[in-house]
Amino acid sequence: MALLQISEPGQSTAPHQHRLAAGIDLGTTNSLVATVRSGAADTLPDAAGRHLLPSVVHYQAGQAPVVGTGALSVAVTDPLNTIASIKRLMGRGIEDVRHIGSSLPYEFLPGSSGMPLLHTAAGDVSPVEVSAEILRALKARAEETLGGELQGVVITVPAYFDDAQRQATRDAGRLAGLNVMRLLNEPTAAAVAYGLDKGSEGVIAIYDLGGGTFDISVLRLNRGVFEVMSTAGDSALGGDDMDRAVAGWLMQQAGIEDDAGHGQLRHMLQVARSAKEALTTQASTPVCIEREDGTRWEGELSREVLNRLIAPLVEKTLLPCRRALRDAGVRAAEIGTVVMVGGSTRMPLVRERVAEFFAAEPMVDIDPDKVVAVGAAIQADILAGNKPDDEMLLLDVIPLSLGIETMGGLAEKIIPRNTTIPTARAQEFTTFRDGQTAMSLHVVQGERELVDNCRSLARFELHDIPPMVAGAARIRVTFQVDADGLLNVTAEEETQGVKSSIEVKPSYGLSDTEIETMLRDSMEYAENDRDARRLREEQVEADRVLEALRAALAADGDELLNAAERQAIETAAQALETARSSSEYRAIKAAIAAVEQASSGYVERRMNTSINKAMAGHAVDEFKS
Amino acid sequence: MPRSFDMDLGMLDSRYRELQRSVHPDRFASAGEAERRLSMQTATAINEGYQVLKDPLKRGRYLLELSGYNLADEPHTTRDTTFLMEQMELREALGEVRGSSDAFAALENIMDRIAADIVNLQSLLRENFERANAADLESAAGNLMKMQFFRRLQEEVMDLEAALEDELA
Repeated sequence: MALLQISEPGQSTAPHQHRLAAGIDLGTTNSLVATVRSGAADTLPDAAGRHLLPSVVHYQAGQAPVVGTGALSVAVTDPLNTIASIKRLMGRGIEDVRHIGSSLPYEFLPGSSGMPLLHTAAGDVSPVEVSAEILRALKARAEETLGGELQGVVITVPAYFDDAQRQATRDAGRLAGLNVMRLLNEPTAAAVAYGLDKGSEGVIAIYDLGGGTFDISVLRLNRGVFEVMSTAGDSALGGDDMDRAVAGWLMQQAGIEDDAGHGQLRHMLQVARSAKEALTTQASTPVCIEREDGTRWEGELSREVLNRLIAPLVEKTLLPCRRALRDAGVRAAEIGTVVMVGGSTRMPLVRERVAEFFAAEPMVDIDPDKVVAVGAAIQADILAGNKPDDEMLLLDVIPLSLGIETMGGLAEKIIPRNTTIPTARAQEFTTFRDGQTAMSLHVVQGERELVDNCRSLARFELHDIPPMVAGAARIRVTFQVDADGLLNVTAEEETQGVKSSIEVKPSYGLSDTEIETMLRDSMEYAENDRDARRLREEQVEADRVLEALRAALAADGDELLNAAERQAIETAAQALETARSSSEYRAIKAAIAAVEQASSGYVERRMNTSINKAMAGHAVDEFKS
Repeated sequence: MPRSFDMDLGMLDSRYRELQRSVHPDRFASAGEAERRLSMQTATAINEGYQVLKDPLKRGRYLLELSGYNLADEPHTTRDTTFLMEQMELREALGEVRGSSDAFAALENIMDRIAADIVNLQSLLRENFERANAADLESAAGNLMKMQFFRRLQEEVMDLEAALEDELA
C-alpha cells in the first residue's frame, strides 16, 4: 500500500491524505449533499438516482423515522406524523410557532427552554431533532457513496438567519454526528458554485427564492474575495406560499371549504405545486382534484392566472431587494450579475421581474436547486485542507443587529447589522446595589427599538462579581461573533480582574447539557459505547493537531524557533503520539492540551509572521509605484 | 499605510483583504483549537481596524486620539450659525417630505445635500490634520461633531425612506 499510491485521474498525488468533506444544503422543501471528486463538485444521488432528498420525516411508534421520498409518500395519509418544512421552525419559540404554525398542520407542545415540540406517534420531537434526521440521511448517503467517514461538512443557512436559527442548525449537525466546519450563507455558496471568484470583479446580487425562505444578498467580488455587503430577506416567504395561493384558488374553484381535513389540504397543496411546476414550460395545464367524498373536480390553470395569483408574492420579494441595495450603498444599475437560486426562480414571472428590477439578465446555468449544495461542497473541500493553495476567502456580515436590553425595555445595539464577522464589542456594566455579586443580561437580535419587537436570543447570568459598593465594579462584557455568525459572551470584573462565570439560557435553543443528553439518548449512540466514540473523536483531533504541527514545523520551524523551543514542542508532540496509540481518551485529551500549551508561543509568532508578510508585500508594491 | 486623514480606499481595501487572507478562521478550519481561537481574535482585530479607517468619522476620531487629543473633551454644541441654519433647513425639508408630490425624489434631494455637506467637512478635516496644531485639533473635533450631526440626519432620511416603502407595500 505504501509503495503504490493510487490517485484518481487528473488528481496529483497529494502530500497528505484527501479528506472526505461534503457540502449540505439543508433546505425547507428539499435537502442535498454534494462533494468534490476529481476536482469537480456535484450533488450525490441516492440509490434510485434522485439528488433531491425531500426534507420530510415520518415518525411511527416503535420504529426508526423514515426520511425523504418514503416520508413524502405518506404525507397525505398520515399528515400529523409526517413533518415537512421544519426549517421554518428552527430556532423559533413557541410564540413564533403559533404564528407560523397556523399554516402547518402539526400538533405543537411547549418544550423546555421555550422551544416548541411536535407531537408524533413516536413521541415528542424538537425541530433540531427532525433536522438531525435529515442530516443523518444525507450523511449516510455521502458515506456510502464515498466509502468512508466524512471528516467535516459545511452546512448552508439563509443569510438572514439569526443567531438562534444558526445555533439550531449547528446543533442539528452535532446531533447527527457531523463535524460542522462552517455554516455558510446560501447566497455566498451560490456565488462560489458559479466560480465567480475566478476572475470576475464587481457587485453581484444573489436572488434566492426557495420553498420557505427568500434571501437577497449583495456581494462584492475582488480578486477572489467575496464580501457580503448587505443581506435582507423574509424568512417566511417562498414557493410554499405560492402553492398555498394556488391551492386557495383551486379550493374556490372546486368548492372546497377552508376547514377541510389535513389530508385534503395536503392533496390540494400537492396538486397546486405540480400545476405551478408544469406552468414553467407550458402556457396552461389541466388540474384534477379528488374531494374527500370521492368525487372529482377537473379544470384548467393558465400561466396568466398563476401569474396573477403569485404576483403579490413576487412583488413582496422586491422590497428586501431595495433594502439590501440601500444597505450596501449601491444602485440597482451598479449590479453587474444576478445569480438565481432556489426552485421558485424557475418561474417565468420571477425571472422577468428580477431581470426588470436589476436591469440585468439573471444567471440560471446551474440547476437552481443544486447550486447552493455545489458551492458548499467547494468550500468544504477547501476548509478540509484539500486545496491548500486556493486563494478563495469568504467574508461574511452579521445579518441582524445584536443588542442588549436596557432600562425600560429598550434595545441598545452593540453590534450593528452588516458588520463584517468575526467581530467583537466590549461593553462596561456596573452594579447598582452595594455588595451585588450577580447580574443578568438579556441579549436580543433585531432592528427595532423595543426589546419586545426584537428576537430574544439568550439571557446571561453573571456570577462571582466581587462584592463592592454600588457603581464601583467595572464589569467588561465581551460579545464575540465568530465566522459562523454565532455569539459567544465572556465577562470580567476589571478592577479586580475576576472572571465572572456566565450561565447562558438560550431563549429558544438547546443548552449544551440538553444536546449531550440527546446525543446519549439517540439510538445511534446508545448502540455504540460512548467511550469508544469519545476515543475516536480525540484520536481524530490528535491526528489533526499533529498534522498541522508537522506541516508548520516543516514550513518555518527552523526560522521561528530556537533549538530549545523546538525540542520542547517535539517532546510534547512525541508524548501525544504515544498517547494517541493508547485507548484512553482522557490521556489523549491531556496530551493535546500539552502540545497546544507548548506551541502557543510558536502559533502566535506564525500568525504575526503571516501578518508581516502580508504587510511587506504591500510595501514592495509601494516602492514600485 | 501613511498616517493621514486622506485615505486611498482602494489601497486600504486591498491591504485589508490580504491581511484577512492570511489570518481568517477559514484558513485554520483544520488547525488546533488554540490556533483557531487566535485566528478568530486576529481577524476580529483586523475587521475592527478596517471599520475605523474606512469611515471618515471614525478615522478622524482615531487620528485625534493618536494626536493626543482627549476624546472626552469633544464638544457637544456649536455656535456656528451657518451650520445651525443648514441643519434647520434640512430638518424642515425632511418634515415636508410626506406632503410632497414625489416623496422619494425629495428624499434623494436631501441625501445629495447632506452628502455635499459631508464632503465639505472632509476637506476641512484634511486641512486640520495636515497642520495638526492645537487650534487645528480643536477645529477638527468641531468638524467631526458636525459630521456626526449629518450622519444622524442621514439615518433619519433612510428610516423615513424605509417607512415610506413599507407603507407602499
